[in-house]
Amino acid sequence: MADKIYSTKLQDTAERNVFVMFVMLMILLSVGGLVEIVPLFYLDDTMEHNKHPEIVWQGNVPLSQRKPISVANFKVGDSVTWNPGDGVRPYTALEQAGRDVFVREGCYLCHSQMIRPFRDEAERYGHYSLASESMYDHPFQWGSKRTGPDLARVGGKYSNEWHFQHLMGPRTVVPESVMPNYPWLAENTVDGKALKKHLEGLRMVGVPYTDADIAAAEKVDGVREVDALIAYLQVLGTMADLKEGVDYRE
Amino acid sequence: MEETKYNFDVVRWFAIMAVVYLVVGTLVGTYIASELAWPFLNFDIAEITFGRLRPLHTNAVIFAFGGCTLFATGFYSVQRTGSTSLWSPKMAWFTFWGWNLIIVAAVITLPLGITQSKEYAELEWPIDLAIAVVWLSFGLNFIMTVAKRKTSHIYVSNWFFMGMFVMITYLHVVNSLAIPVSLFKSYSVFSGVQDAMIQWWWGHNAVGFYLTAGFLGIMYYFVPKQANRPVFSYRLSVLHFWALMFGYVWLGAHHLQYTALPDWTGSLGAAVSLAMIIPSWGGAINGMMTLSGAWDKLREDYILRFMIMSLAFYAMSTFEGPVMSSKTVNALSHYTDWTVGHVHSGALGWVAMVSAGALYHLVEKLWNTKMYSAKLVNVHFWTSTIGTVVYITAMWVSGIMQGLMWRDYDEFGTLTYTFAESVAAMHPYYAMRAIGGMIFWLGGAIMLFNVIMTIRQASAQRSSSAAAATA
Repeated sequence: MADKIYSTKLQDTAERNVFVMFVMLMILLSVGGLVEIVPLFYLDDTMEHNKHPEIVWQGNVPLSQRKPISVANFKVGDSVTWNPGDGVRPYTALEQAGRDVFVREGCYLCHSQMIRPFRDEAERYGHYSLASESMYDHPFQWGSKRTGPDLARVGGKYSNEWHFQHLMGPRTVVPESVMPNYPWLAENTVDGKALKKHLEGLRMVGVPYTDADIAAAEKVDGVREVDALIAYLQVLGTMADLKEGVDYRE
Repeated sequence: MEETKYNFDVVRWFAIMAVVYLVVGTLVGTYIASELAWPFLNFDIAEITFGRLRPLHTNAVIFAFGGCTLFATGFYSVQRTGSTSLWSPKMAWFTFWGWNLIIVAAVITLPLGITQSKEYAELEWPIDLAIAVVWLSFGLNFIMTVAKRKTSHIYVSNWFFMGMFVMITYLHVVNSLAIPVSLFKSYSVFSGVQDAMIQWWWGHNAVGFYLTAGFLGIMYYFVPKQANRPVFSYRLSVLHFWALMFGYVWLGAHHLQYTALPDWTGSLGAAVSLAMIIPSWGGAINGMMTLSGAWDKLREDYILRFMIMSLAFYAMSTFEGPVMSSKTVNALSHYTDWTVGHVHSGALGWVAMVSAGALYHLVEKLWNTKMYSAKLVNVHFWTSTIGTVVYITAMWVSGIMQGLMWRDYDEFGTLTYTFAESVAAMHPYYAMRAIGGMIFWLGGAIMLFNVIMTIRQASAQRSSSAAAATA
């Protein structure tokens, strides 16, 4: 009775030998991921700047020839060698410090950073998001839920003062809001030494920082976290100048 | 006599911890649900804000509760179906202590904001490494126990556990690849669109393999046992097993439709998602029909009720999923509470209820007694069912309403509602959701009480029978 085959020969073998079943599972379970993920790394269509190089700022210039990104003070414009619309670039030390705060506080759990190509989203948030716009985002912050509004293009929409007020007490400016208050962001300050290590880590995973970009981290030491976060929010979606009527995606 | 043959001590502890984590995980969930309804509950304390507690909630219910349930039921059923003891009882204890230490580490680090920000994979790199080691210790022990079984064929529940083991290993390793910059901070080696695709390949398969394949393994052992009937169809189990294993892996991309992910990937994910209803329902039908000819058992067997209700929720949820992944519906449902509701119809209705059924069954077998109160099992059954229904109904209404309000235009062709107006409109449903969660949590607390009383009763019986024997 134990020798009887109740199904196919292959199935019977797998059911009798755990290692056969194990290997079958290892092969079968790798297929979907390989087919869907691996091409994203080499298909040119994935990143829009392959067809529209102007989306990315000097990204194609060798590092040695690139001007450093200065520490954009959150008064944007101060000694910045890059201007909004010049193209997607790595975050400045200050912005990255703000991004670290954004990640730490779990902002992505209620705010997406990914505008879909629909009329209402275009009117509410702006031009649909491109893959190239988050090419330097380690990790990505597209989010999956909009308990609050999308932030992909929040940069420049509100003043720094508004953001400060809103982060300290959201309901003082938006009565319907269910967002927590973040008073500690005005008390905590950025640790420049740690930030330098963070930028070095980001360079290791492929963000094209120059030595000067990384050295700038020390100048951010002591800045209030809230100011770093506002600098990050203010740059979101302002990097690339996307034109109406251009088909960036098929 | 059984004690010498099987290693059940470690199973007992996993079972107890599973019930404890059910109560803790759903309590945190209820609290953060309340924060969305009544934001003052954030109390300006960084460690308890929604953004920091939400990962703790998901990790607690998935890895603490779900993990301990899987280890308890897995280590139990692999021994019973193979008529053999564990390959290494010591390694099983290593898995127990390792897993619980990881949970402690999660409870400490997540409220401190130490996170990689990848949903359901937030834990930082040192904990990720520990998870890999402990997970491998479980898998190795499980597979070697299957290998030394005394039966000729490997029983179907073990196929599912092995599928889960292989896939979760792949997912955890790839999605957690990161460069550490300090003990508590690392950056994903992937960026942007690739990072997003890898995250949702993980995200959906944490659901598909951890919370579905693993719990189908539970279903295939515990439903036939509790009903005292053989599995409805062997042929169906073979077909839906391989189809589920092959198909589920592709679904992650449907989380990124209409985003900057290339259209071919999202559409491929959506197409396979639609097809997945067949293997999913294969499992649901196979479980439910196991009761054919014995439906009357549902009248008095409350444990069986949990299992059958969980399969009903599973069938509902795996119908809803493919619907939501179709492009038209996804355009409306994505980013809304509907997704949250869908997850909870699976998590509360399917995972938690099949677990409750399996854990009640386990407690009776492991302590060789009946539950302290069958009535309380029934109360738990109804609180779970009602809590889940209240929760998902609230999220259906709020999710669809959000989606419709965001895209609504007035007669002048301008957007009718501001975003803030849509937030205000959600308030009653957020309150209702919190209440649904509370009802569900109450059921878990009743279960914990019932389990503790059962264990006390069992040890009292043992000592009195021992006293009688010596007298």
